[in-house]
Amino acid sequence: MSFPWANEYKPTNPLMQWVDNRLPLPRFVYNAVGAGYPVPRNLNYMWNFGVLAGFALVLQIVTGVVLAMHYAANAGVAFDSVEHIMRDVNWGWMLRYAHANGASMFFIVVYTHIFRGFFYSSYKAPREMIWLLGVVIFLLMMATAFMGYVLPWGQMSFWGAKVITGLFSAIPLVGTPLQQWLLGGFAPDNAALNRFFSLHFLLPFVILGVIILHVWALHIPGSSNPTGVEVKQESDTVPFHPYYTAKDGFGLGIFLMVYCALVFFAPNLLGHPDNYIPANPLSTPAHIVPEWYFWPFYAILRAFTSDFMFIPAKLMGVLAMFSAILVWFFLPWLDTSPVRSGHYRPLFRKFFYLLVVDVLVLGYCGGAPAEEPYVMISQIASMYYFLHFLVILPIVSSVETPQPLPFSITEAVLGKDEHATLAPATPAVA
Amino acid sequence: MVRLFGPLVGLFFAVALLWSFGNGAYNAATQPTPPTAEKLFHMHPKEVAFSFDGAFGTFDKAQLQRGFKVYQEVCSNCHSLKQVAFRDLAQLGYKEAEVKAIAKNWGNKAQTFDPKTGDRGDRPNLPSDHFPPVYYAGQGNPPDLSLIAKSRHGGAQYIHSLLTGYTDQAGYKNEAGEELLKKFPDAKTPDGLYFNPYFANLNLAMPQPLTSDGQVTYSDGTKATVDQMSMDVAAFLTWTAEPKLDKRKQTGWPVLGFLLAATVLAYLAKRNV
Repeated sequence: MSFPWANEYKPTNPLMQWVDNRLPLPRFVYNAVGAGYPVPRNLNYMWNFGVLAGFALVLQIVTGVVLAMHYAANAGVAFDSVEHIMRDVNWGWMLRYAHANGASMFFIVVYTHIFRGFFYSSYKAPREMIWLLGVVIFLLMMATAFMGYVLPWGQMSFWGAKVITGLFSAIPLVGTPLQQWLLGGFAPDNAALNRFFSLHFLLPFVILGVIILHVWALHIPGSSNPTGVEVKQESDTVPFHPYYTAKDGFGLGIFLMVYCALVFFAPNLLGHPDNYIPANPLSTPAHIVPEWYFWPFYAILRAFTSDFMFIPAKLMGVLAMFSAILVWFFLPWLDTSPVRSGHYRPLFRKFFYLLVVDVLVLGYCGGAPAEEPYVMISQIASMYYFLHFLVILPIVSSVETPQPLPFSITEAVLGKDEHATLAPATPAVA
Repeated sequence: MVRLFGPLVGLFFAVALLWSFGNGAYNAATQPTPPTAEKLFHMHPKEVAFSFDGAFGTFDKAQLQRGFKVYQEVCSNCHSLKQVAFRDLAQLGYKEAEVKAIAKNWGNKAQTFDPKTGDRGDRPNLPSDHFPPVYYAGQGNPPDLSLIAKSRHGGAQYIHSLLTGYTDQAGYKNEAGEELLKKFPDAKTPDGLYFNPYFANLNLAMPQPLTSDGQVTYSDGTKATVDQMSMDVAAFLTWTAEPKLDKRKQTGWPVLGFLLAATVLAYLAKRNV
């Protein structure tokens, strides 16, 4: 679906005409990310992050496939095979650092993408499906990243695997057998390492599939925009190519510079030193911490220190940690304000910034050792996290008086002049 | 439905957290956790500068050769270096013949096994061999040093601090002026362990390895003080952990330069559109 004024693909080259008549793949690309996709004219740099996330996934797949050619998924040799990549494989050090830091960059980009969605309420009708698929992608990313971190078979790999699969043991009755079934043993070992490698190779392609659905769902209503006002007329949009391909190209350049600065000058900045110690089931690290992108959720997990009613603290923590992400699935129905953009919602905006600070605090506490004052701070911060989504957001959206919206995107960009408001009204097809 | 159950779920988690918070606060008020000796007396690594610091830093080959000598004469008695091969020493500036000689004369020999006869034996090391395993007769298991600089917070600074950080526990005071054994009489270092405030739990099994100036004789005439030897071996162990450090940084600058130019072009292209 697209707007009626979208450019049509008209190949002039006879070869392309021949292809188009038999397999309209070039037409598909043209309509998806080419001049045939009309996009709101007012997108800011926050709208770069979807493309960047897709780029990061491709980077991870390309570096990962080559790394898999040199890696050995066997508990006896996995650690040494990673060191073999670092020392003896041509440019292996660069591939591995690119892959490890690529995961961090992927999460930075995706977190920005998600918080863009929070601020501009991108999850609201008619874009709920895009949002739901996005949360699925995020969950798959977390699983993939976790299993990837296990593969070097260092101390944090081993103990991280033990802690995370241990979450399942909190489930009443079936918990412990379930954990043993997931690991293929009583503790992480060769069986676990092998299946994690297999799944770590598979899941990125599943993510790719869900991304295709995510982008497909996006092309039904078209992109949202910073005003939150739907496209009404042709003057509200510009073709994706060249306007946003050029803008994304610039964003991609900035992304790559930050990424390469990490890879070449601080490749271990975001990692933990303990993962350069080979896995040792007999020696528990003093502080087991996951990678930085899991810290906010890890803080929520550890915030539950007392049994509540009849529910053990561990189970409460596990429930809360999973709920912290599952709650995003319900956002489109929790936030009922008819206005999308945070620009026109003064009260919502204040709480949004509070949530950003809250998640940063949670992240800091999740990376810190499990001792005071971090535990108490993360308890307060987790409390706000749940109240924000489940209590504050529904209340704010019913009591808040939003500021007046512009009539159209064109008016928001050009101001309220006659030309903008009296443009020939082409009815938008919903 | 969502608007009905959502707030209930939210309040459920909030109340459970409040309960945890209240219990934690009550415990903290009634039975505060006393600070531990490790917390009050563990020292962060000394702030010393190395040639490979920063985005432009590179290894100093002469220093790496001196550090290798310290490893060879002191550390290698107990610690292995299994990720490193003798051939890698060529990167420190040794000639091929020198590498061959170092491998051939190395104290521990390469292990051999003849599958036909079942005989085990040994042979001199070749440049293609990795450093051989070290048999340690004492208690415990001295860690392999290949990756030690990357597997400790502080890296080379930590190694230098640890090697120069041995001190007498009696009368030891921290920066706040508190005396360890007065504050924690139970924290006396057990027999067979050695006190070192740079080690995470203050007591480690390794006796002070670098004890006196001139313990190693440098061939380049550098005075082998304990401080100098510890700096050199810390640099050497950084090289064993990250042998591609120089190449990495050398590659990084052209890459960033290219990306900067490409980004400027992309920006101009965007302005043009």
